[in-house]
Amino acid sequence: MTLYLEVLEIAAGAVLVCAVVTLWRRDVRAIVTILAVQGVCLGIVAGDLAIHQRDLALGATALLVLAAKGLVVPLLLRRVLRKDPRSRETTPLVNIPASLVAAAALIVLSYVVSSKIIALDPSPATRLVPLGVATVLVGYFLLVTRQRTVSQIVGLLVVDNGIALVTFLVTSGVPLIVELGASLDVLLVVVVLQVLATSLGSRFGSFELDELTELHD
Amino acid sequence: MLTLLVLVFPLAAGLVALVVPWRPWVGWVAAGADAVVLALGIALAVTTSRGHVQHSLGGAVRADALSAFMVLVIGAITTLAAIQSVRYLRIEREADRCTDRHASLYAVLVQVFVTCMLGAVLAANLGVLWVAVEATTIATTFLVGHRRTDGALEASWKYVVLCSVGIALAFLGTVLVYFAAIHPGGGPSVAHGVGTLNWTSLMAIAKHLDPNVMRLAMALLVLGYGTKVGLAPMHSWLPDAHSQAPAPVSALMSGVLLTVAFYALLRFKAIADAALGPAFPRTLLVVVGLASLLAAASLLIAQRDYKRMLAYSSIEHMGLLALGAAAGSTLAIAAVLLHILGHGLTKAVLFLTSGEIHQAEHTSEIATVGSLLARRPALGGIFGVGILAIVGFPPFSLFISEFTMFRAEADAGLWWVVVVALGCLCVIFAAMAGHSRRLLLGDPDDGTVAVATPRSVVAPLVTALVACAVIGVVAWPLQSLLHAAARVVAP
Repeated sequence: MTLYLEVLEIAAGAVLVCAVVTLWRRDVRAIVTILAVQGVCLGIVAGDLAIHQRDLALGATALLVLAAKGLVVPLLLRRVLRKDPRSRETTPLVNIPASLVAAAALIVLSYVVSSKIIALDPSPATRLVPLGVATVLVGYFLLVTRQRTVSQIVGLLVVDNGIALVTFLVTSGVPLIVELGASLDVLLVVVVLQVLATSLGSRFGSFELDELTELHD
Repeated sequence: MLTLLVLVFPLAAGLVALVVPWRPWVGWVAAGADAVVLALGIALAVTTSRGHVQHSLGGAVRADALSAFMVLVIGAITTLAAIQSVRYLRIEREADRCTDRHASLYAVLVQVFVTCMLGAVLAANLGVLWVAVEATTIATTFLVGHRRTDGALEASWKYVVLCSVGIALAFLGTVLVYFAAIHPGGGPSVAHGVGTLNWTSLMAIAKHLDPNVMRLAMALLVLGYGTKVGLAPMHSWLPDAHSQAPAPVSALMSGVLLTVAFYALLRFKAIADAALGPAFPRTLLVVVGLASLLAAASLLIAQRDYKRMLAYSSIEHMGLLALGAAAGSTLAIAAVLLHILGHGLTKAVLFLTSGEIHQAEHTSEIATVGSLLARRPALGGIFGVGILAIVGFPPFSLFISEFTMFRAEADAGLWWVVVVALGCLCVIFAAMAGHSRRLLLGDPDDGTVAVATPRSVVAPLVTALVACAVIGVVAWPLQSLLHAAARVVAP
């Protein structure tokens, strides 16, 4: 029982730490590695819950998460990076110390937002929900303050990992059929984004989204 | 059985396009399959409007009157777009702007897109509904970028990033509804499993769902699905995607994709109404609805591009739908549904016509085209009549649906909303009338002869406009269906 809780707390905490580290590091390759670590931590959360609840479907979901978020998605992102060596440094719109302060504020906000969820079912797992909500918010912050195509994909995936963490903590995962469909959707979105990022890169000569100014009113 | 066939036909046409190299007949097969969907939609509508619910695949696929109505709308508009797609691809092939492989990809993705939309409206499970709506984003990304110009690539990047992060919020909202459903306060305890997110089981326990969690969930759902609907302030992807996509794809996106996402909101609103009472969902919808109307009105005034003008008009109509849903009575929802059909048909016609204009004139600038009515009377005429229909002139059905929505809003005590909305509509009317005047009227240069448009192009477009007018005058073929469909989400 205690081991279950310790593992759950450490792994869920690590998901949020990884999200904050993506804000802190500038090297996009390092950020992609952190994303892989985050995916593995998320898989551990699901696996831990599955063992604790003796839930076979949840165990299958855990393996799916480990394979998709820990391995396949980071590999796809590395392929984009390999095609354009210039995309390795991020150029944030908000500087890094300010980003970290913003992250701290977002974490406080997430505790406020989550209080209603915890009140409905104050189980040990549900108490960790603010970690997931904070990951979602940090992901959004990353998405709006970064200019490289790859950083935006990372932001999207951090949001998605945060939502997955909330899902595991509050409901021990959605029904398997929904989980399968949702994972497949995320995987396909990454493939689509990878293809688009590559063609944008070859077309505009860079992976800077600043240069996308064709369309406006 | 009927419900399963609805999904099988478009998917089979997609498979044909996948294995057979591109030929025009492949496109006609797709159009045929979509026409079958329309016919099946009518059959479904007839059975479900008497209160029967159709199931298949062990209850995973479910059609009540609301689903049947949406199948009908999807069938009608995809048929229209599929017919025009054949011509679009032929012209692109002749101009050597696209290869056979690209044409096949287009045909496959359109059919996948249509199947996903049908899957969304026929899903018994609201989690599966989310999966299907997200899948439409994936299928349409490459369709938006199909012309492979700089603008098209930029638009598809914006589209996929904004819609994916937006719809992610809707997933979080769905998860919270699930969480509330497995911890009902004081109500019957519910098994933790696949069935919990089913529409029928959620509606059965909706009264017992925790109001605090449901409030959070509904806000996330409105933001999330609202992104996909194109409601302000999450609308910024819409004008880019609609103006850059090939015309038949814009017609599909504006005509049905937006309203399929809106359908999801209608379902969740019914659950939230039962759990929270109508006040909270109403406030959310009024805020996004008015924001959309204001955004559309302010950006339409100085619009120079006729495709972007149509895109902003879609944002306006989605805002009107949100306000109609906010009123929430059975009458209001019936008007919302009629508006979904009327807007879908008219906007599809307008986008398809704009595609014809673009392929003939090679520009989407209103000022550069000019005097269209004199040079291309058929195209200009259809565009002009379409604009009259979309701004709400009788006899087209948009007039009666807008009027009924406003009346229902006033009945619900939202008379100040009606005043603001009517103000926006006046601005939008003036702006669109002015732009259309510059596009259609004016003297052509000396020596230009009027160019005839092939009858095969004109006939389907005119049929759709006539249908829209007939529905506006005599609602009888739809009356019982609209009533039954509205009762599903507004008892």
